[in-house]
Amino acid sequence: MFTKAIHIIVLMLAVIANVGMARAQESEPEAAVASAHENAHEEEGLDMTHLIFHHVLDSYQWDIVGWEGANGEEKISIPLPVIAYHNGHFFFTMSSSFAEGAKVEKDGLVWYMGVPEGRVVEKLLVDSATEQAVRPTLDISITRNVASMWLSVIVILLIFISVAKAYKKSLVPHGAVGAVETVVLFVKDIADEQIGEKSAKYVPYMLSLFFFIWINNIIGLIPFFPFSTNLSGNIAFTATLAIGTFILTNFNATKHYWIHNFTVPGVPFIMKFILVPIEIVTMFIRPFTLLVRLFANVTGGHIIILSLIAMIFIIGSIAMAVPSVLLTLIIFVLEIIFGALQAYIFTLLSALYIGLAVNDEH
Amino acid sequence: MDLLSPEPGLVIWTGLTFLILLYLLGKFAWKPLLGAIKERETTIQTAMENAVKANEELKQIEATKTRIEAETRKERDSILKEAHALKDNIVEEAKNAAQQEAQKIVEAAKAQIAKDRADAMQELRSTVAKLSVQIASKVIAKDLSSDANQNDLVEKYLQECNFN
Repeated sequence: MFTKAIHIIVLMLAVIANVGMARAQESEPEAAVASAHENAHEEEGLDMTHLIFHHVLDSYQWDIVGWEGANGEEKISIPLPVIAYHNGHFFFTMSSSFAEGAKVEKDGLVWYMGVPEGRVVEKLLVDSATEQAVRPTLDISITRNVASMWLSVIVILLIFISVAKAYKKSLVPHGAVGAVETVVLFVKDIADEQIGEKSAKYVPYMLSLFFFIWINNIIGLIPFFPFSTNLSGNIAFTATLAIGTFILTNFNATKHYWIHNFTVPGVPFIMKFILVPIEIVTMFIRPFTLLVRLFANVTGGHIIILSLIAMIFIIGSIAMAVPSVLLTLIIFVLEIIFGALQAYIFTLLSALYIGLAVNDEH
Repeated sequence: MDLLSPEPGLVIWTGLTFLILLYLLGKFAWKPLLGAIKERETTIQTAMENAVKANEELKQIEATKTRIEAETRKERDSILKEAHALKDNIVEEAKNAAQQEAQKIVEAAKAQIAKDRADAMQELRSTVAKLSVQIASKVIAKDLSSDANQNDLVEKYLQECNFN
């Protein structure tokens, strides 16, 4: 509860800081599309906000290490593919083509990186003869988050396929296989308990969901390349998984579920005018809470840790490092617990919602 | 703002990746893994059921064994008892028979002795009679005037007489 409160406060602070910055950008329309690190040097606080958001949000390249060099900010990063579609034109390049603010012209469209209005980090923008500085219709670039997601997929497949193979030798698990089995059975039990007889169909989804979230939470917490990407704290990621649960819930729901939702049997007629809309809204609120809970918890955790570290630089004193690092350590341990806890809650609630929809009795 | 606006690109990639992950894990991880766990469960289940069955069988066998043991003991006791009785009986009979036999032997012996005695007496009597006659004939034949002669004569005949 306490940490959740901290999460919310920090998130609110972050929002306020961001809105403030957006206002500053509004007052200078020219600066809105300017590269972010020019902005950054105007003010120390702003620099930190940018630094935190740069980590928490997505990016077109994968930074390995950055430092203050002779020619200003220098960094080593892996370029990632930029794939987009705009007005009937496909566009493909590597993110390194946009280094040093370069622009790429193709099919009469000018592609470049800039910070759109109301945004914090650089996004792929496109200029055409008729319109200027717009987001492309579809931007399906392999961003840092996507690359990190694929890394997590490789990790997950390696772990579980090798565990599954271990059972071919012996049905009795040894060593790490036993540990993995314990967690697998734990998640399977969640599905069995919440869904009941029909659980077998949903167990693979629940297991995949749990480990996809958990492994990505862990990857997000390891603070060096190729980890530390805040994928499971990205609202697009949590939204997609919540949509998955929403689809599974409503596409497999029994007649009873729909009758219950649209007629609310067993209450006075007048009450139905209140309860039916509530039931319908609930259908959408359930997955929405899933996506917000995971997003806010994971992102909140990242922001706290980064803010605590940023405090050293904002205050500008080495003495600040002691409480900062100690607090970071505490939050870090909490985040490790929360990483598993959030995966558990997401899976548990998904199973609960599906269980409510696919079972006739209540 | 950035933080709260889901990027369609990431939504697409997440959806696609998760579906592929779901398929690959379902086929290559969850199916064999859960299958193995299920198989192990049934193996343990049957093993335990068999153990319970075996235990029950063992108990039954134990009960049968105890029953048979009890029966055997009873039988043994009765056989022993019978044997004892038989033995007593035989001994008694033997004793009686022996006693009777002994009685008979003693009686026979007594009869024999009596008879022998009677016979002996008879013989003695006849022998004495004979001797008396002989003595008398001798006495008659010899001079019995002096006492000394008489005594010599008695002595002489007595020595001649075999008293055996």
